[in-house]
Amino acid sequence: MLAILRDLIRYNVEFRIGLALIVIVLVMAGLSFVSPYPPADVYVVPPDVPPSSAYWLGTTSRGQDVFWQLTFAIRNTLTFGIMVAALSRVIALVVGLLAGYSGGWIDRVLMSVNDTFIIIPLFPILILFYFVLRDSMSTPLLAVIMAGLGWAYDARLIRSVALSLKTREFTETSAFSGMRTHEILSREHLPYVLPIVFSTTMNNMNWSIGLEVTLAVLGFTDINTPTIGGMIYWANQHTALVAGIWWWIAFPVLLVVMTFVGLFLLAVSMNEYIDPRSRLARMGGAR
Amino acid sequence: MRAYPAYVAKRLVQFAVVVFIGVNLAFLITHASPIDPVEQSISAVTSFGSTSPDAIAAMRESLQELYGLKGSLTEQYITFWSRVLRGDFGPSLSAFPTPVSTLIWRALPWTAGLLITSTVITWVLGNLLGGLAGYYQRSRTLKVLGVVAMGIHPIPYYIVALILLVVFGFLWPVLPITGGAAMNLQQGWNWPFVSSVLLHSILPALSLILIGLGSWFLGMRSLVSNIVTEDYVVYGEIAGLDSRRILASYVMRNALAPQVTGLAMSLGGIFNGAVITEKVFGYPGVGTLLVDAVYAGDYGLVLGVTTVSILGVSLGVLVIDLLYPLIDPRVELR
Repeated sequence: MLAILRDLIRYNVEFRIGLALIVIVLVMAGLSFVSPYPPADVYVVPPDVPPSSAYWLGTTSRGQDVFWQLTFAIRNTLTFGIMVAALSRVIALVVGLLAGYSGGWIDRVLMSVNDTFIIIPLFPILILFYFVLRDSMSTPLLAVIMAGLGWAYDARLIRSVALSLKTREFTETSAFSGMRTHEILSREHLPYVLPIVFSTTMNNMNWSIGLEVTLAVLGFTDINTPTIGGMIYWANQHTALVAGIWWWIAFPVLLVVMTFVGLFLLAVSMNEYIDPRSRLARMGGAR
Repeated sequence: MRAYPAYVAKRLVQFAVVVFIGVNLAFLITHASPIDPVEQSISAVTSFGSTSPDAIAAMRESLQELYGLKGSLTEQYITFWSRVLRGDFGPSLSAFPTPVSTLIWRALPWTAGLLITSTVITWVLGNLLGGLAGYYQRSRTLKVLGVVAMGIHPIPYYIVALILLVVFGFLWPVLPITGGAAMNLQQGWNWPFVSSVLLHSILPALSLILIGLGSWFLGMRSLVSNIVTEDYVVYGEIAGLDSRRILASYVMRNALAPQVTGLAMSLGGIFNGAVITEKVFGYPGVGTLLVDAVYAGDYGLVLGVTTVSILGVSLGVLVIDLLYPLIDPRVELR
């Protein structure tokens, strides 16, 4: 594990940049635990102060310190992304491995459902969810809903690997030695697809955080939990751009862009590492 | 050509499955929710002043009729499907008594125009540049372009639209930032109106293009850089073929098929982006209609737009799938 990390840092520029960005974002999120102000309190500092030595990133029109508010926001946003990614990984793994290994009508039915979830535009569906749930729409509930909608693309990827694993000799050996389907999938096939699961986790987090920011900006989430989208929502409510309070919008946008680019670069470099051909090319070996 | 009918039949079945699951999902979400849209509308109406119980009962009756929430769940399900098939979602509550379908038909050309134009531009431009970047790997300009694509591609639509809005609306106000066309013009095929529409569509289209470009660029680049190591490309080079001809007819031609499949698979995501982009720029399409309907609590309109977007996107995917054999003739041999 450490050797892999060392190789990635040594040979891969994308990984180095991505790692640096994510470390900054994680430090920001970690700082929320030592924040002098509780996240929900308003008017704890003078409002509308531009960035200065006393308030590094300025203060909002609601009397909150942008820096400390941002630490809570990025922590909640990341937690949300991780929740969705973890839940949807489970669904994607079960569907992908089962469809790939079983084949036949199970594969056809699962992939039909799978393709449907890839094709259907999910944003209107999420808005419909908010419309009927209104105030009952909490962040954990939204995470469960998004996990239930966002597994399809990765399930297809996992299935394609499972299809090739099925024809390998060790699968037949384990089947003949009396292992049941779920044992073969969890003990024999799972280790082979784990690298893909890791790299798709990053992309899935980008997807879910992106949608959460969008929904929150429109006010379609629990706006009292501070998130990056929630901060932009409140800034828009106070017409921060027109009033010239640019730091209220600029810093959340900057931090979330760092998160997106960082996660994307980590996913890309991991994908490249998984493929031995491109890994060798990068290390200067034979093409 | 024998396999084409079978291919079409398979695609049509998949289209039917998508629409069936999508419409059922919409029914399930609206009917399994703990909140009754009828009671919600009533409480919104009666929150100002007192209303007699008789009037409330009459209102409940007609709202249930209107929303298709009358009778048992099975009856409601049948009503729901018959409404979807007829394209009739009742009158809109926020723009009473205009039917929901009229509102959607009015918004649809805007969204379709914006979406189709920007998607075609994005796909063609992204694949062309990506193909060049994969083939001429030493070019410095194309390398820089790759870094830019990697930097912009992962950012969500809303953030890019917001940045463009700030740049062209506040810092350097040269482009109109809201609406679909100037208000004071006669709508129709006259130059002032058409030019106004084009001018207003620059920013929404640009934000859709900026984000979309990255994924086609990166995808095409990695496909092409894998294909150039194939034997037939090396053979073509040794045979002294023009490098432009190798790139166009041998390399990119083969990389095109997965990119067309990719387009079909990402159409839903592009539509999601268009919804929020429209809202940011106040563009009069179905995205703005949907978000405003939620703010206004207009049940029929939200349900109508959701169903129409599911139908529209799956129809788009079907069209791409049916055209796919033109790009990849191998489909007909399977």
